Amino acid sequence: MEPLLSVAGLTKRYGGRLACDGIGFTLDPGEVLAVVGESGSGKSTLLSLIAGEVAADAGSVAYRMRDGATRDLDTLSLVERRALMRTDWGFVRQDATQGLRMAVSAGGNVGERLMGVGDRHYGRIRATALDWLARVEIAADRIDDPPTRFSGGMRQRLQIARNLVTAPRLVLMDEPTSGLDVSVQARLLDMIRGLVAELGLAVIIVTHDLAVARLLSHRVLVMRAGRVIETGLTDQVLDDPQAAYTQLLVSSVLAA
Amino acid sequence: MTPAPSSSPLPLLVFEDVAKSFTLHLRGGAVLPVIAGATLAVHPGECVVLGGASGAGKSSLLKMAYGNYRCAAGAIRVRDGDRSVDLATAAPREILGLRRTTLAYVSQFLRVIPRVGARAVVEAAGIEGGLAPAAARTRAADLLARLNLPKRLWALPPATFSGGEQQRVNIARGLIADRPILLMDEPTASLDAQNRAVVVDLIAEKRAAGTAILGIFHDADVRQAVATRIVDVSAFHGALAA
Ligand SMILES: Nc1ncnc2c1ncn2[C@@H]1O[C@H](COP(=O)(O)OP(=O)(O)O)[C@@H](O)[C@H]1O
Ligand SMILES: Nc1ncnc2c1ncn2[C@@H]1O[C@H](COP(=O)(O)OP(=O)(O)O)[C@@H](O)[C@H]1O
Ligand SMILES: [Mg+2]
Ligand SMILES: [Mg+2]
Repeated sequence: MEPLLSVAGLTKRYGGRLACDGIGFTLDPGEVLAVVGESGSGKSTLLSLIAGEVAADAGSVAYRMRDGATRDLDTLSLVERRALMRTDWGFVRQDATQGLRMAVSAGGNVGERLMGVGDRHYGRIRATALDWLARVEIAADRIDDPPTRFSGGMRQRLQIARNLVTAPRLVLMDEPTSGLDVSVQARLLDMIRGLVAELGLAVIIVTHDLAVARLLSHRVLVMRAGRVIETGLTDQVLDDPQAAYTQLLVSSVLAA
Repeated sequence: MTPAPSSSPLPLLVFEDVAKSFTLHLRGGAVLPVIAGATLAVHPGECVVLGGASGAGKSSLLKMAYGNYRCAAGAIRVRDGDRSVDLATAAPREILGLRRTTLAYVSQFLRVIPRVGARAVVEAAGIEGGLAPAAARTRAADLLARLNLPKRLWALPPATFSGGEQQRVNIARGLIADRPILLMDEPTASLDAQNRAVVVDLIAEKRAAGTAILGIFHDADVRQAVATRIVDVSAFHGALAA
């Protein structure tokens, strides 16, 4: 089977520092890849490069489009790339204020992505938005509230609804649960786990929390200082780590 | 000991000259040799029990057979329909595929998933193993009832259960689907006599259905009741470099 996403040699330099240094991997449909590593290791930069939000100094990202053709994302026009990001890809940000429109109602946040794929029917958009709010456990009577009135956990759930409403095949997530209370985290993780399995999503999830990687991912990629230190089956990498750095990472947390 | 099955068709699980060692980078790169020259085959309907002292490497062998630990050398061949896959060299995707279709594993402890109830945990394992949702639901209930898990616990997440209760959920989860190979790591350690006897029965049923079982059973009575053969893992230390 041809992979959904192929990343090769992705490199990004900030001044004298290599934020990403020749990163490569492939992702199959429905596969969940966790990118782990300590702060500053280049995880967010990797996602930005894949999403084309930051220009790479070297390397390529190829994606199998809905029509089955694999395209190098550099060859897409700006319009094509925007359309891809708005429909077939999702991006759940660590900071909800960057992933949501804070001045727009919850329903509007979800509806906006639907309008982006051409839906103009107000009643249908509102019904779909309501359905998605329910799926992420946001009460129907909050549909007209802006996310500024939501708690941290609710904002992340709204981001998930906003991203998944267009039935994307690939979702990037940058630390979606960090900064939340433990019980709020557990609820969000459980929701993500359920939706990912139910919808067969391919996901690249960045996290510094190894327990999150274990719960959600099939494969894991360990990064340090812009490089891939170790990669493999998630439980194998966490239970039988080979690289010195991975052993240190695993040993510095309690029972991940 | 239980008699071995009369006909011996192709083995489902084969260890060929398998070695395992750990390189402890946080201890100056010291190498801990655990197993060398492990050769072993498990046929349909057999229950091979790994023996040997604590620390001998029994759990490590099981974990390698599940793809959870890597092999340092040798091959672990898993029969998957018409083909045979070597876990020592298989890609992560292949290992995950084998876990869905072929390999079942009952670990020593349940790794709980937050917010998911006991019955749902077992049911999900059944669906992942290829059962239709309705069948998974029925079978999960049957197994939990047979293992005497009080019905009032079924809807609750096992995080707050006692060790024995968690272990029974774990056993039900491992046994619900019909996978040809079953790996069990001390599944009865925290169970009372009544529930140990249930597990012995469940293992006999799996064997009768042609499952190849490789397990570790501390309790001498259980071991006698389930084993068709006992393999002492210390036999795989001879080839270790001192
Ligand atoms: N826009 C930027 N300008 C300059 N340096 C950056 C920028 N973004 C990231 N970096 C640097 O690149 C490295 C990797 O950062 P980042 O990808 O955010 O890591 P992580 O997400 O793993 O914490 C860090 O040293 C960071 O300071
Ligand atoms: N992930 C690991 N990292 C380092 N050492 C390990 C690991 N797993 C097991 N060991 C060591 O390997 C040896 C065999 O352990 P194990 O297979 O659990 O034995 P048994 O199940 O026979 O008691 C022990 O010395 C144990 O400490
Ligand atoms: Mg980051
Ligand atoms: Mg053991």
